[in-house]
Amino acid sequence: MSKSRKFALIAGAAFASLAGAALAQQKAPAVPAAPPPAVQGAKPAAAPVTAPPMALGRLALPEEIAAWSIAVRPDGQGLPAGKGSVKDGEKIYLEKCGSCHGEFGEGAGNFPVLVGGENSLNKDAPIKSIGSYWPYLSTAFDYIRRTMPFGDAQSLTADETYAIVAFLLNQNNLVADDFVLSKENFASVKMPNATGFYEDDREKAEKHFWREPCMSNCVATPAKVTGRARNVDVTPEEGKGPKVE
Amino acid sequence: MNKTPLHRRAFLTAAGAALATPALAQTNAPDPLITKVQPWANGLGDGVVDKPYGVPSKFEADVIRRDVEWLTVRKESSVSFTPLHALDGVITPNGLCFERHHGGVAHIAPDKHRLMIHGLVDKPLVFTMDELKRMAGRVNRAYFLECAANTGMEWKGAQLNGCQFTHGMVHNVWYVGLPLKVLFERAGVKTNGKWVLAEGGDNSLMTRSIPMQKALDDCMIAWNMNGEALRPEQGYPLRLVVPGWEGNMWIKWLRRLEIGDQPWEQREETSKYTDLLPDGRARHFTWVMDAKSIVTNPSPQAPLRAKGPQVLSGLAWSGRGSIKRVDVSFDGGRNWVTARIDGPVMPLSFVRFYVEFDWDGRELLIQSRAMDDTGYVQPTKDELRKARGLNSIYHNNGVQTWLVRGDGETENVEIS
Repeated sequence: MSKSRKFALIAGAAFASLAGAALAQQKAPAVPAAPPPAVQGAKPAAAPVTAPPMALGRLALPEEIAAWSIAVRPDGQGLPAGKGSVKDGEKIYLEKCGSCHGEFGEGAGNFPVLVGGENSLNKDAPIKSIGSYWPYLSTAFDYIRRTMPFGDAQSLTADETYAIVAFLLNQNNLVADDFVLSKENFASVKMPNATGFYEDDREKAEKHFWREPCMSNCVATPAKVTGRARNVDVTPEEGKGPKVE
Repeated sequence: MNKTPLHRRAFLTAAGAALATPALAQTNAPDPLITKVQPWANGLGDGVVDKPYGVPSKFEADVIRRDVEWLTVRKESSVSFTPLHALDGVITPNGLCFERHHGGVAHIAPDKHRLMIHGLVDKPLVFTMDELKRMAGRVNRAYFLECAANTGMEWKGAQLNGCQFTHGMVHNVWYVGLPLKVLFERAGVKTNGKWVLAEGGDNSLMTRSIPMQKALDDCMIAWNMNGEALRPEQGYPLRLVVPGWEGNMWIKWLRRLEIGDQPWEQREETSKYTDLLPDGRARHFTWVMDAKSIVTNPSPQAPLRAKGPQVLSGLAWSGRGSIKRVDVSFDGGRNWVTARIDGPVMPLSFVRFYVEFDWDGRELLIQSRAMDDTGYVQPTKDELRKARGLNSIYHNNGVQTWLVRGDGETENVEIS
């Protein structure tokens, strides 16, 4: 086939589909009063729709739901059967967690601190560890099970997860050395900072930010520079503006 | 380090090019760029499909996402920043939208992706991507997405020199997808279904609890951004869109929506994304992004180049509604002028503003202040610190100050 012939065919096909699209658009109602059947508009002259409207998607099977539904709530919903001791947890923790979070959960480099920080939350340098900050134990179990160890997610068994959580509780001085955490006694562990949170109240507490803004002579004294980012000098080199020097 | 390290020379060259035009003085010497035939006006250029997927001009090579190395230990759980200083208009180009991953970018083939809806529903359902795209009710919407930690490094004082770093955890994108409502109607939510758990399919299995009212109000699943498929780093093939609320809730690689009667109190809504206040207690579920604005030009990465006419430009947005007005100050908030807004003003989406001014070389302390249609006025940083202390990390929407020095160089400063 010659090049020009081929081109003509392609162009012809393009025109045909354009015309078809225009036709479909004309026949479709501008603003459907109700969601049209899923196939409407595709072929105006098609046979009557036999499937019910929006019959897309299929029923999820119980095994599928069980495989993905691993979230654990504060009330214990979602906890798997199993148990783990502080002692076992220490062994697993040192093997799988300690290289990032430190031997005692103190954190290494910039990886999160898991232990300590009691009574630090109202201080200048608060430490928000599992023991000092996290309001619910379920969060620790859920998070470790879903995404730890970093880069090897969903590899821990339920018993291993219970054991690691038990060890972290022990490191935070919240359970004794011989403690065994299980689905059954999970709810009995109370977190020290459980009452340390309250719901977003910005619209009340910061009501003064809803106001008529000042436009002129808003402050009596001229503005004075009190701090400069360049003195801190932590901006990435590549991001710095060109210096005229 | 960034994969494309920017050498000082390259940056200067790029900046020099921008400088060339304003520096032109009236002259009697003809400009050889005009009088001589230039190579690009003589020889042939590239053919079509030289780059089957187009890329920016090589002269824009410094317009890239950048990271701040000391912020995080691993690139897979880190953040990069949108180069706001190099962009205009209200839409963020896909390749420049900031990234935040917790376990690296997952690459999921669309035919292997599934979305499950289950929990307190009449019919637990599984959808393929193909089925989702065949469902009725598709919508087109533009929304900003801001990380709650945007500007979080500035609570204790001016720290990073560049609006890319101080304000670059935000982007504004046109999404195409389906309202969650459509999916929930199909599954049939039970009357006690008051919360939605959204979960990602990457190895971080990111989860957030979202109140049903918000889900039904304006949340959507999206497979398309700015006209093309989602980028992998934005959750290809499917992400959640939670308009006006903190970016962490916009679950990427979305695979599961569970309906429940109470929140799940996941790691990202207890240990993280809670706002610690001076008394040691913390605000919980601080979802809405307060009104905020930033002058993108001039800014430390985009200083003034010459005296005379200038176009100040910036962005404003609010998680509570539409931007009603933006004011700009040149004297550190003592006096203000109302900026000119151009382009669409849509709720929960970027607004672009401009102030044209003449610069005589004097020092400027430039600020912008956004107001939204609820009457909320963007506070100063000191007002925010007074209200929240220094340790709340998230939701820093305080007014930014740029010092423009006599030589045009621009710095991130704090003022009293």
